[in-house]
Amino acid sequence: MLIVGERVNASRKAIRAALEKFDAEAIAAEVRMQVAAGAHYIDVNGGTFPGREAEMLCWLVDRAQEVTDLPLCLDTSDPAALAAALPRVRGPRPMVNSINLERDRYARVLQLVLEHKAKVIALAQGEEVPASTTVLKVELASRLVDALVAAGVALDDIYVDPLVFPVATDSGSAQATIGAIGEIMARYPGVHTVCGLTNVSFGLPARKLVNRVFLAGAIAAGMDAAIIDPTDTQLMAVMYGAEAVFGRDEYCMNFLGAFQSGAIS
Amino acid sequence: MSDHLVAIKDLCVRGKRVELLAAIKAAMADGIEAKTLMTDALIPAMSVIGEKYSKGEYFLPHMMLGARAMSEAMEAIKTELVKGTYERKAKAVVGTVAGDFHDIGKNIVKLMLEGGGYEVIDLGVDVSPERFVEVVKAESPRFVMLSALITLTMESMRGTIEALSSAGLRDKVLIGVGGAPVTQKFADEIGADFYSQDAYGCVEKCNQLLH
Repeated sequence: MLIVGERVNASRKAIRAALEKFDAEAIAAEVRMQVAAGAHYIDVNGGTFPGREAEMLCWLVDRAQEVTDLPLCLDTSDPAALAAALPRVRGPRPMVNSINLERDRYARVLQLVLEHKAKVIALAQGEEVPASTTVLKVELASRLVDALVAAGVALDDIYVDPLVFPVATDSGSAQATIGAIGEIMARYPGVHTVCGLTNVSFGLPARKLVNRVFLAGAIAAGMDAAIIDPTDTQLMAVMYGAEAVFGRDEYCMNFLGAFQSGAIS
Repeated sequence: MSDHLVAIKDLCVRGKRVELLAAIKAAMADGIEAKTLMTDALIPAMSVIGEKYSKGEYFLPHMMLGARAMSEAMEAIKTELVKGTYERKAKAVVGTVAGDFHDIGKNIVKLMLEGGGYEVIDLGVDVSPERFVEVVKAESPRFVMLSALITLTMESMRGTIEALSSAGLRDKVLIGVGGAPVTQKFADEIGADFYSQDAYGCVEKCNQLLH
């Protein structure tokens, strides 16, 4: 399971405050704790001050690279910010979060992905209506994967995110995403699937419980990457448990390793 | 008479659709006017739901259920309402701005405004500034509500307000903005008339501005 650590995100108050003061130590601490918790990629998102996203993203890339050699996941919907930040990446191949089928952004982001040989998160995002059913998600994902492959992106570099909507507003929404994960993994052997978890619980109390159950369901369906907070020990425990139970952990070695290191009990 | 209204309000607050429709039928059979049902039971019910939501006692599914009960109730009394003298408070145009495809927040605002007695024209998502201008010209709404969920598209809010200004329509409408990354500071900066953190607050702001 590929873990993309989500904590350095400007939508969080602590990160927003750190960006306002250019508090490098605060960012370094957030990165370090995710590295220690087992993240494979560090997501960086500087999108909270309109018009300054490129500047913020570049600053975050620089700060993250000062404390880790892990690859970064550049999280922005602004192609200009991406174009500014990608050349600063000096570690392993980064991941771009994200590309979708939207006309203008698609072409610009694709060009940057190819130019910098980045891995890319491909959003199954509807242009007219939100893709809320499995059929629609799979259709959008297929169009996007086909286009990316035709443009020269390897399947192994594509992480399809079928998106999840709150179960609070549509009780079938998580099931639609889980269904899409299964179909996409079956249709494109070698491709990856990924999802953020927090949207699923929007509008509900006890959100972390809902996130954990959703993670288990997505893993059961074949999801092999997740954008999560690796310092959330209860969530990580569910991940280890789900991988072992759903046949994704040979000889339960990761599960046992987590037990022996004290991560689960 | 007030027994009917109390019961209807309570059923709407609890989102009991079937019982609510039966209670409305019974109330109308006893001669209660549709307008009274609206102003003295259904609209107050939506305020109660909004308050409970703000206090953390109710959650989003309660709002969805209450709003659905409300809209079914309104559908049931629509013909009677049109016959009577019930008037909507004001017309509001809502939409998610250009480049942004998020619709959940915008839809909640729409439901709450309708529940609050407003006539709502929903332009959907990825709405261009030109489309807002066109609809404001054609419909002369009192309010225009702009939603954005990503930082990049917050700039489309500015563009939409500028387009309304260039078209000479800025003074004819009250513009409200909202969405996760949007702040009061940003609303002030782009010259919006108001900002609200949630849908219930949005309805309250609209009510204040009308008075």
